Amino acid sequence: MKKFLVEFLNGIVKENPTFVLLLGLCPTLAVSISVVNGIGMGIAATFVLLGSNIIISLIKNVIPDRIRIPCYIVVIATFVTIAELSMKAYSPVLNRALGIYVPLIVVNCIVLGRAEAYAAKNTVVNSLFDGLGMGIGFTLALILISGIREFLGAGKILGYTLIKGFEPVFVIGMPSGALLVIGLLLGFFNLLKSKRE
Amino acid sequence: MTNKLIVSVSPHLHINESVRKIMWLVVLSLVPAGLAGVFIFGPQALWVILLSVASALVTEGVLQALTKGKVTISDGSAFLTGLLLAYNLPADVPFWIPVVGSAFSIAIGKQVFGGLGQNIFNPALVGRVFLMASWPRYMTIFTKPMIYDAVTQATPLALLKENKILAHISYWDLFLGKRGGCIGEVCILALLLGAIFLLSRGYISWHIPITYIFIVGLFAYVFGPGGFFTGDWLFHILSGGLVLGAFFMATDYVTSPLTQKGQIIFGIGCGLITAVIRLWGGYPEGVSYAILMMNAAAPIIDRYTRNRIYGTK
Repeated sequence: MKKFLVEFLNGIVKENPTFVLLLGLCPTLAVSISVVNGIGMGIAATFVLLGSNIIISLIKNVIPDRIRIPCYIVVIATFVTIAELSMKAYSPVLNRALGIYVPLIVVNCIVLGRAEAYAAKNTVVNSLFDGLGMGIGFTLALILISGIREFLGAGKILGYTLIKGFEPVFVIGMPSGALLVIGLLLGFFNLLKSKRE
Repeated sequence: MTNKLIVSVSPHLHINESVRKIMWLVVLSLVPAGLAGVFIFGPQALWVILLSVASALVTEGVLQALTKGKVTISDGSAFLTGLLLAYNLPADVPFWIPVVGSAFSIAIGKQVFGGLGQNIFNPALVGRVFLMASWPRYMTIFTKPMIYDAVTQATPLALLKENKILAHISYWDLFLGKRGGCIGEVCILALLLGAIFLLSRGYISWHIPITYIFIVGLFAYVFGPGGFFTGDWLFHILSGGLVLGAFFMATDYVTSPLTQKGQIIFGIGCGLITAVIRLWGGYPEGVSYAILMMNAAAPIIDRYTRNRIYGTK
């Protein structure tokens, strides 16, 4: 059990997809305007990661090595379609807010990266915990970034105004603000890491 | 990293200059423009300048103390950044605008890169563009000159952008600074006094400012509103932040090319971008964006304009 916990925590801290592996930055930059978007994107990506990691680790011995990437994409696309259609059915507002970035999870580097680097070499149970850890790590990173951006860029958290009379920093809500926030957070986490070593 | 032995290339000449001395002399050369700004826009301009400088010094000191570096706020570079940022602000901004802008200039524009000498972009302009993108509402309200009351007026360039008549503004008004604009950019006479001081002492060279201003004037003349070669080039040179930007911000040692050839390319690039933004862009003024873009290009200009090493071909 302890081994699984290590796999699980690996994705959240040591190999956090956003702050350590620097994968999936495109959706991170685009959807981290509000916390709700961040959570929605994180849950969708976690679901896809979990599903694709399990299926790919199951079929890893069956698929020919030379066409493995197209096979992964088919598996991932299946789960993305499930996620997208469910989102359309149960939460159309969120679906509209996330827009093209939900179908684009198909080519999200975190999902493909974990399929190639982990699920194709490890057992089903290990891959399950890896997918879950990576997904939650991604979600937490999105919540952190979108929390900062929503607070500074719109003066709100989860749609509620926190400080009356606060003048939102408009630029933080724009794409350049996303780059700025992610860059500073990355620097901060690297600082923490270098202090520990 | 405390190097007691200073190793440098020959010739080993000693000049009585230091970063500290140059920075404070640049500050000195900017004093007339500040005085003119305070005279033109009234005492609130002085508050903007003081708050901006104080915030820059405090941010620099706090960040250097936090990163356990040497606190070098007395070298004048943070003072200069705060001063230049204030000169780029309208006189009527709320008190927190210069405070936040200066803090951003120093923290993000300079200290994040490693402090003085390491930054890619001119810190004061980073602060200005940040404020411009974040709170455009406050950054584009300009006080009417010589009224000392909260009466606002658009800048001559903004009027030009909206195709309004500019008959009531003479070149003489523009030269002396009787127009709407930022605190430090309006009085061309005072800016030129400071610029001539710096040029005569050799602290800045003519290459960047002259090519910059020449290219903007040339473009404004060639692509005039009434067809080719009809433009009002003198108006374009005297209005906006061109003179302040060309002499005091494009010539920043850290963010401009080192060689004379490179500086001429830098000046031409700044001039082209400014002219394109002013004549065809969405903003009335483009000096700060032009300088920032060319700052990004400065390292590559340096790479291709290296001086020939003596003895090589």
